[in-house]
Amino acid sequence: MKNENLIQYIYGIADNVLILGQRLSELCGHGPNLETDIACTNIALDLLGQTRSYYQYAAQLSGEGKTEDDIAFLRNERQYKNVLLVEQPNRHFGYVITRQFLFDAFHLLLLEELQNSKDDTLVAIAKKGIKEVSYHQRFSSDWIKRLGDGTQESHKKVQEALDDLWRFTNELFLMTEDDKIALENGVGVNVLTLQEKYNQRIKEVLDEATLTIPETKYFQKGGKQGIHSEHMGYLLSDLQYMQRTYPNMKW
Amino acid sequence: MTIELEQHIDPKLISILEKVSDPEIPVLSIMDMGVVRSAEMIDNIAQVKITPTYSGCPAMDVIGDDIIKAFDNANIKAEVSLVLSPAWTTDWITPKGRKALEDYGIAAPLEEDADKEALLGNKRIVKCTNCGSSNTKLVSQFGSTACKALFKCEDCLEPFDYFKCLK
Ligand SMILES: [Zn+2]
Repeated sequence: MKNENLIQYIYGIADNVLILGQRLSELCGHGPNLETDIACTNIALDLLGQTRSYYQYAAQLSGEGKTEDDIAFLRNERQYKNVLLVEQPNRHFGYVITRQFLFDAFHLLLLEELQNSKDDTLVAIAKKGIKEVSYHQRFSSDWIKRLGDGTQESHKKVQEALDDLWRFTNELFLMTEDDKIALENGVGVNVLTLQEKYNQRIKEVLDEATLTIPETKYFQKGGKQGIHSEHMGYLLSDLQYMQRTYPNMKW
Repeated sequence: MTIELEQHIDPKLISILEKVSDPEIPVLSIMDMGVVRSAEMIDNIAQVKITPTYSGCPAMDVIGDDIIKAFDNANIKAEVSLVLSPAWTTDWITPKGRKALEDYGIAAPLEEDADKEALLGNKRIVKCTNCGSSNTKLVSQFGSTACKALFKCEDCLEPFDYFKCLK
């Protein structure tokens, strides 16, 4: 497998993790209470840590003296391969939890499969990540149940969030060209095969939470090809501000 | 290099490594924490490999710098690198490390099953580090750092951290 394809494959996984980590970081100091604030930022930290491992590996593969920071801060919007789901803004806590829940279930399934990759570094990152993402999934599932099966107001808000976000879930299971090349080479995961398990897992929790999956005719996609929603530019301007304004600055 | 299958540490270097502690839990040396995977002298340079407790653990950079400083104090040049595999587990915390945690006010990790019951089943089994009571309640699955959960003692009413089991 060519390094260039492997690098793109890594971006396809890691960009999701970075962008969701960035969204959660925005909650630092703004969580609904201290415990959830700390929880969200802890999850953000796990995700950013995982991102670093992926980007360090991609930087090493690309040679050219590139660093993890170049990858995180100096690409343009079109070069980010994250799905639309993770870039959606933090509207309210129920929305944040629903987005998290929809991603965590996918993330855990993906890493479980990535453990079987022929690429030793990706296996190592996956094995480390699984331990962390299991906690994330536990956290977001618990909150989905608490909010869904909570008060009328919390139920309404989280059902509305689900109605809005569900249309982004199908994209998680689309194979890009780089995904296909990685799969053929025994490096990548066949995400198509994860969808059934995903739906099962989601339904289990939603049933308990008295929430229902909406009927969705039109699913949104594009992120994996670098075609993002209108929120992505704002997110990146926050994320990249320092490096764009003061190029090469170091902490 | 991200993989280091066997732990191998040159016994002559242990006393230096024991001087380095986790910046967030100063009573715990990195040796007792189990994050040092290998340390050996190669061409007069101490090559030290450490593994993170959690991927995003911000302490790792500081630990790396502190290791280099500790070796520098012993007039040895050191290089530190990070390994990811096999992934760190709380089983690698030594008995001495567990005691240091408890003395510091952090409940040491339970076995996997008990840990699940404490964090998910709300079973009251984590012992309060202040008064020893098991009448304790989970406040949050995430505490002041990613590796800890927050508990409250219903007898002495003190809050305390619990070091989560990671396998
Ligand atoms: Zn007590």
